[in-house]
Amino acid sequence: MKRINRNYKVRNFHQAKWDEPIIFELSKKGERGVLVPQAEEKIVALVGDGVSKIPQGMFRKELPKLPEISQPRVLRHYMRLSQMTLGADVNVEIGQGTCTVKYSPKVNEQLGKMPEMTEVHPLQHESTVQGILEIMYKTELCMREISGMDRFTFQPGGGSQAIMTMAAVVRAYHKANGNADKKDEIITTIYSHPSDAAAPALMGYKIIYIHPDENGYPDFEAFKEAVSERTAAFIVANPEDTGVYNKRVQEFTRMVHEKGGLCCYDQANANGLLGVTRAREAGFDMCHFNLHKTFSTPHGCGGPATGAMGVTKQLEKFMPAPLIDFDGEKYFLNEDITNNPYTIGKVRAFNGVAPVVMKTYAWIMNLGAEGLYEAAKIAVLNNNYLFKKLMALDCVDAPYIKGKQRIEQVRYTLEKLTEDTGIKTEDIQRRMMDFGMHYWCSHHPYYVPEPMTLEPTETPSKEDLDEYIATLEHIFKEAYETPEKFKNAPYCSSCHRVDESGMDDPNEWAISWRSYLKKSIAE
Amino acid sequence: MSIQGFKSHPYIPNSVLEVQQEMLKEIGLNSLEELHAEVPEEIKLKENMNFPKPFKSEYALKRHVEGLLKKNKTCNDNISFLGAGCWQHYVPAICDEINSRGEFLTAYGGEPYNDFGRFQSLFEYQSLVAELVDMDVVNVPTMDGAQAAATAIRMAGRITGRNEILVPKAMDEEKHLIIKNYCEPDLTLIKVDYDMKTGQLDLEDLKKKISEKTAAVFFENPSFLGFIEEHGQEISDIAHDVGALSVVGVDPSSLGVLTPPSGYGADIISGDLQPLGMHMNYGGGQSGFMATRDEEKFVMEFPSRLFGIAPTSAEGEYGFGDVAYDRTSFGHHRHEGKEYVGTQTALWGITAGVYLATMGPAGMFELGQTIMQKSQYAIKRLNEIKGVKGSLFDAVNFKEFIVNFDGTKKTVKEINRMLRERNIFGGKDLTKDFPELGESALYCVTEVHMKEDIDKLIVAIEECVKA
Repeated sequence: MKRINRNYKVRNFHQAKWDEPIIFELSKKGERGVLVPQAEEKIVALVGDGVSKIPQGMFRKELPKLPEISQPRVLRHYMRLSQMTLGADVNVEIGQGTCTVKYSPKVNEQLGKMPEMTEVHPLQHESTVQGILEIMYKTELCMREISGMDRFTFQPGGGSQAIMTMAAVVRAYHKANGNADKKDEIITTIYSHPSDAAAPALMGYKIIYIHPDENGYPDFEAFKEAVSERTAAFIVANPEDTGVYNKRVQEFTRMVHEKGGLCCYDQANANGLLGVTRAREAGFDMCHFNLHKTFSTPHGCGGPATGAMGVTKQLEKFMPAPLIDFDGEKYFLNEDITNNPYTIGKVRAFNGVAPVVMKTYAWIMNLGAEGLYEAAKIAVLNNNYLFKKLMALDCVDAPYIKGKQRIEQVRYTLEKLTEDTGIKTEDIQRRMMDFGMHYWCSHHPYYVPEPMTLEPTETPSKEDLDEYIATLEHIFKEAYETPEKFKNAPYCSSCHRVDESGMDDPNEWAISWRSYLKKSIAE
Repeated sequence: MSIQGFKSHPYIPNSVLEVQQEMLKEIGLNSLEELHAEVPEEIKLKENMNFPKPFKSEYALKRHVEGLLKKNKTCNDNISFLGAGCWQHYVPAICDEINSRGEFLTAYGGEPYNDFGRFQSLFEYQSLVAELVDMDVVNVPTMDGAQAAATAIRMAGRITGRNEILVPKAMDEEKHLIIKNYCEPDLTLIKVDYDMKTGQLDLEDLKKKISEKTAAVFFENPSFLGFIEEHGQEISDIAHDVGALSVVGVDPSSLGVLTPPSGYGADIISGDLQPLGMHMNYGGGQSGFMATRDEEKFVMEFPSRLFGIAPTSAEGEYGFGDVAYDRTSFGHHRHEGKEYVGTQTALWGITAGVYLATMGPAGMFELGQTIMQKSQYAIKRLNEIKGVKGSLFDAVNFKEFIVNFDGTKKTVKEINRMLRERNIFGGKDLTKDFPELGESALYCVTEVHMKEDIDKLIVAIEECVKA
């Protein structure tokens, strides 16, 4: 047999396609997937069937119309669906900019499956949960060191909830100072995450957006004008989603402080800054880290996650309760916060997602200070390597700070490609899948025209980066030579181009199988 | 001292020095230090952060973390009667198998072309929960049950344009705090009293407090204190009579035997998915859902993603996508979107789908039945102990119930300490949040409790009471 030539640049890929029915279509009357532990005979003898006692009108007369499926068929169904999902364990995950999708070590998953992690109830007595409390406490110490903040909570269940928590602390702080009525505006930037605007808006604030100047930095003059006695807080990412780092960040935070406002750092893009610079030195009063991003606990299709939220000493009393402390002998849930009148109360059940905190701890302990620094440096190296190679292509550009470095990611524009060929960024997205690659455009609205946001992190090797670049290059070439190819792409994915025309139409949208059945019969 | 990196780390392929040099050369730099030219010198760290030295092998790391975790005592090695928002249920092995799959575990924001399986399984999750609650619309999961309740309440506020919410006094204080934080300053929560004898919502108090300002009446069934709320329809009617919505929090593990709230007038249902295939994880298994009828005025108020089924360019193929995407803060309107959306608990949604598909209708009925039988057995036996009231309220319970120790002259704290010495975790102490109930604790009995476990509890409490 001839040895296979591996010199090709793009991958010969085809995703699994199982033509797998919707789970309800697999139902076979009488089949079942698992047997439930029954009450023993002596229990039944004493209490009877248990359900006859259910009050009038509260007994379910008709069983839920769940499918009836044997266990091997359920397993096969979900295994097939998993094969039709392109996780970061499968592809060179560079294409999900702003989300820092990096390698999640398998040893951490194994640790997360220990019964000492999974079979622990959050209301167990402190003496029985010393292990997890110690891990949470020590992870907090790491977060403090990485950010310069004085206290952290792991309660928020993700970055957006952490941003909401920061906004709630802002509200509580100004209320405590008797300024709640006067301080009603929050300033953010258009290149910060949408939740940096949406979450404080939910907390009752008027949102003011700062647009970028010609270099992509938040416009300083516009900012100066926006900051006033009404400014409750400034919530910002730095670097923003463009990958541009605001060098004058200290001036921004100083100006807000001069007017009595607080500064909140959205550190969703912290990966390229670990051990390089911190929230405290830049003048922030609060910050958050997405543990599933920066600290590699996996993304899980969109959670469970954790938004570790930290504050300076002056804001500690406003934190959600309880915090975790150590008295020299034992770790404990400190109720001082719960019992003070300033706390915002709670934002998530119990103490947040403990396994995510544990995996963060394991990741940090496996890297140490040197490793975190290395991760940041290599992430930035990878990003700038990718940046350099892509900017060498005619049809790719990236607005702002020409010739200078970006931190963790870059928001590119394919405007020229679109002008030349009519092929849009969404078309590239679909075609990338034909080569086993994931590609994300950007958050809406597209302030950068025809955006492409790539964030390599420290995970891919040089070969991986080269493969991603080669694939993009191949597709751009196709756009010029055979644009018609994009119309129906992808061809090698589990599914073809989705017709989304009915997604906004109440008569057509179907958010569950039963709803689909009703509407398709109505057709 | 200059900051040092860690060469050739297994998680960082390009930490190999030669590769670094080659890449640096490509971008015209000499060293890694030059990579952060955009960060001002005055805010750069000048030394390594102060952390313990990293472990030198994966094995050493594993030993260390295992060692820490082993300090925890589990509900497997002890008998636990803790519930109160996080419940010990049996997790079928197939649930663990699926949520451990690397594809699901490490996927995130792909389109249906990348993540077809993620879209289909979340659509199916929505569809399976829809059958359980007998509603047509269910969202991709939220953070937890409390967040789901808070969002359901926010939705009601937006739909009615009103700003008062009536909530039961007999609710979890933590959940109340979460909802309060989420709803301020727009909505005011007003507590409705409960009947001291039965725990049921005090309908007279409800009628007194409801008004044209009421956006929603929120109640739970089964309630936080475990009893089945008998007057669901009456409560919904009282709400509807003034133009308010009926919003009901529900424990999904009860819905094989209990009428879903849609059967007694609920407009929005919320709940926690944790009972459906998630381990307790020290409270990390929580995940919320909301459900409504398929009406535009409800659908358009969901802040979270809703996956819908759609045709594709190939006949004979289903595709999936976001329904009314611009509702969300991911859409074009950002802060004008409904609330906000970000990473929540999607993997638990997929897992809940696996659970419901595995259990099927028979499994869900048997689950509800066995929980009712076992908890009724526990109540009966507890009532036999002098000074102990097995269930304080004169009502039918599901899964949880109040055990009162007033007649024993012992505090819940003392009893729980003595039980712990016998490898039993007693129920949640209610004395702080419900002082009016005396020395009471909330006990939880599920399908995992065998007769043997309950009998051990009885013997242990008898000993504690006598001690």
